Amino acid sequence: MSSVKSVQGAAREVRGLLGEKVGMTQVWDDQNRLIPVTVVKAGPCVVTQVRTPARDGYSAVQIAFGAIDPRKVNKPDQGHFAKAGVTPRRHVVELRTADAASYTAGQEITAEVFEVGEKVDVTATSKGHGFAGVMKRHGFHGLRASHGVERKHRSPGSIGACATPGRVFKGLKMAGRMGGVRVTTQNVTVQAVDAEKGLVLLKGAVPGARGGLVLIRNAVKG
Amino acid sequence: MTSLDAVDAASLRSDVPGFQAGDTLKVHVKVVEGNRTRVQVFQGVCIRRSGSGIKETFTVRKVSFGVGVERTFPLHTPVIEKIEVATRGDVRRAKLYYVRGLRGKAAKIKEKRESTPAR
Repeated sequence: MSSVKSVQGAAREVRGLLGEKVGMTQVWDDQNRLIPVTVVKAGPCVVTQVRTPARDGYSAVQIAFGAIDPRKVNKPDQGHFAKAGVTPRRHVVELRTADAASYTAGQEITAEVFEVGEKVDVTATSKGHGFAGVMKRHGFHGLRASHGVERKHRSPGSIGACATPGRVFKGLKMAGRMGGVRVTTQNVTVQAVDAEKGLVLLKGAVPGARGGLVLIRNAVKG
Repeated sequence: MTSLDAVDAASLRSDVPGFQAGDTLKVHVKVVEGNRTRVQVFQGVCIRRSGSGIKETFTVRKVSFGVGVERTFPLHTPVIEKIEVATRGDVRRAKLYYVRGLRGKAAKIKEKRESTPAR
């Protein structure tokens, strides 16, 4: 079981679902326009716990997703899932939502919570790119191909001034580790929902690699 | 990992005839004008087929009023009403980009002899 992450948004009604990114393909809409879509196998998720202001100090719903070998679940987690009356799952996430009281532990959530045309926010861990230079990592243009530039074509150029300030500013864009961080793409349109197969088709790209864990929530900026 | 084939299967067309580069095609294209649709035929030589599965495309080239016109269609697009194969071409390449540099009789593609055994 991965660590329990709390998702902000207390005063709002949040609908969320965990899923697995299947990959990208294309579909035609009703006006015969070609739409690039990302297919996410979303759900079924189960509610493992409901947080109430009286007991926990905040209201949230905890949902779990994904198959896991029961032998790999430690005793505290086994007890947690047993209390909700569900089999152990691999991933657990908490959604801060105003209507948490409407959920009950053990309840199953499927892709039907999202409707076609709705805007959603998609959160996932982006693909890791390793140690990347400034051109790839920050979109710098690099130096010229010719006119005397020697072996410096992908370098950032100057990183600051001289004796004033006499140092390099903090936070300056430089080469370094790229990707592999939690990224949210906002306002992604739901192109189609296949409740039977549990598939959600999202217009355009979403973060992460194929087979990666994806959290879909209704859009913050509705 | 779940396969995308189930999603793609819904969009795939089953009425696509077998054709390859060099064949002369009549592509019946649905054209929307305001609130009514009509069918326009785009006839020309298929100069390439590219990609596979749902994203496969083909390009048809014709010479219209002395100007070369090329249109690339997704093979499975619902915009196409039907594809007719007018003639089979006898070519030695999969991509016929060389016809762009030719005009007149030189650009004509030899028709496949029907007596030859099937491909």
